[in-house]
Amino acid sequence: MNSPTSILFTMAWTFGLMSLLAIGGANSTIPEMHRVAVEVRHWMSDAQFADMFAISQLSPGPNVLIVTLIGYHVAGIAGALVATFAMCGPSAVLAYCVSNMLTRSTHSIWPAILQAALVPISIGLMCASGFILALTADRTLIAAALTIGAAALALTTRLNPLWMLVVGGVLGFAGVV
Amino acid sequence: MPPDSASAIPKPPDFHPPDVMTPERPGLVELFVAFAKMSLAGFGGVLVWARRAIVDQHRWMTPDEFNEAFALCHFLPGPNIVNLSVVFGARFRGIPGSIAAFLGLVGPPVVIVTTLAAIYAQYGEIPALQRTLTGVSCAAVGLFLAVIARMMMPLLKKRDPVALALLAAVFAAIGLLRLPLVPVLLTAIPLSIVVTFIRRRKVAA
Repeated sequence: MNSPTSILFTMAWTFGLMSLLAIGGANSTIPEMHRVAVEVRHWMSDAQFADMFAISQLSPGPNVLIVTLIGYHVAGIAGALVATFAMCGPSAVLAYCVSNMLTRSTHSIWPAILQAALVPISIGLMCASGFILALTADRTLIAAALTIGAAALALTTRLNPLWMLVVGGVLGFAGVV
Repeated sequence: MPPDSASAIPKPPDFHPPDVMTPERPGLVELFVAFAKMSLAGFGGVLVWARRAIVDQHRWMTPDEFNEAFALCHFLPGPNIVNLSVVFGARFRGIPGSIAAFLGLVGPPVVIVTTLAAIYAQYGEIPALQRTLTGVSCAAVGLFLAVIARMMMPLLKKRDPVALALLAAVFAAIGLLRLPLVPVLLTAIPLSIVVTFIRRRKVAA
């Protein structure tokens, strides 16, 4: 991981593999992204990772774009593009092939079994994502309270989630969190 | 994007049953624009907007067709909505269609996010911005936890001990022990498939 090219290659390989392991969606690989980016490769600090999650949630578009931020942080615009395509490409090709296959041969029991088998794994991964994100973001009791408050409001009201992000930002700016 | 590995399979241009034929197939530009619009509207998740555009606005799919396509994309690995754009584009216009839908979905937000990343790289150290982002990420994590809680409800209601044990084991391995994803999935997925298969057979017998 010395030359720029080898960093790009590392990212392509890392996110390309992750793309095929993202059971239930991109968010289920957040623990692995954190593990690779913060602990193994030391591309960024814990706090920077949390910042990138925040920015990706503030931006429009699919949630997967946290990898674009990681890629940019590591290797500029080339890094952003490589990370994004690596994270989206392999699974997209797989989805294309499988969807073609399924329109041909139908009435197999395997899709249903696979789906039932993957649901608990996918939710387990999501729980781990939530846990790790909470650990990185919530460093004080007030921060944890803000997280719990936002979760409670999201579960009990139909408030637009953007408002909670705005309120969080204002509280942070004011130095409360 | 290398979709050439898929080109070995002859693509079915419009393999639709005739009775659910949609009035018009969207063109490439239409696909790009439609996916760009839903992507840019989608703060914190594009799915709602995708359904609105594809089912309600353009009537390119019936609600059932949409659910079916999304279920497929949800159980396949990778970003769900990206998968959906590829599957959807391919259904109407083959490989060029999937590329158009994919670029529409991902292109414009990537430009925005890259701009934000550049701003962050420049000004990320400013204390006021740091504090603001910390506050935003606390709230964002809260929203994320709420999504997970919603996803868990059906599983908790079923009270399936095997599924819950598997969920807990995956959580512990990844969240608590911080094991790498590859070995964990290589253990969990085959195990879960075998258990699911055996239990289904028992129910059937």
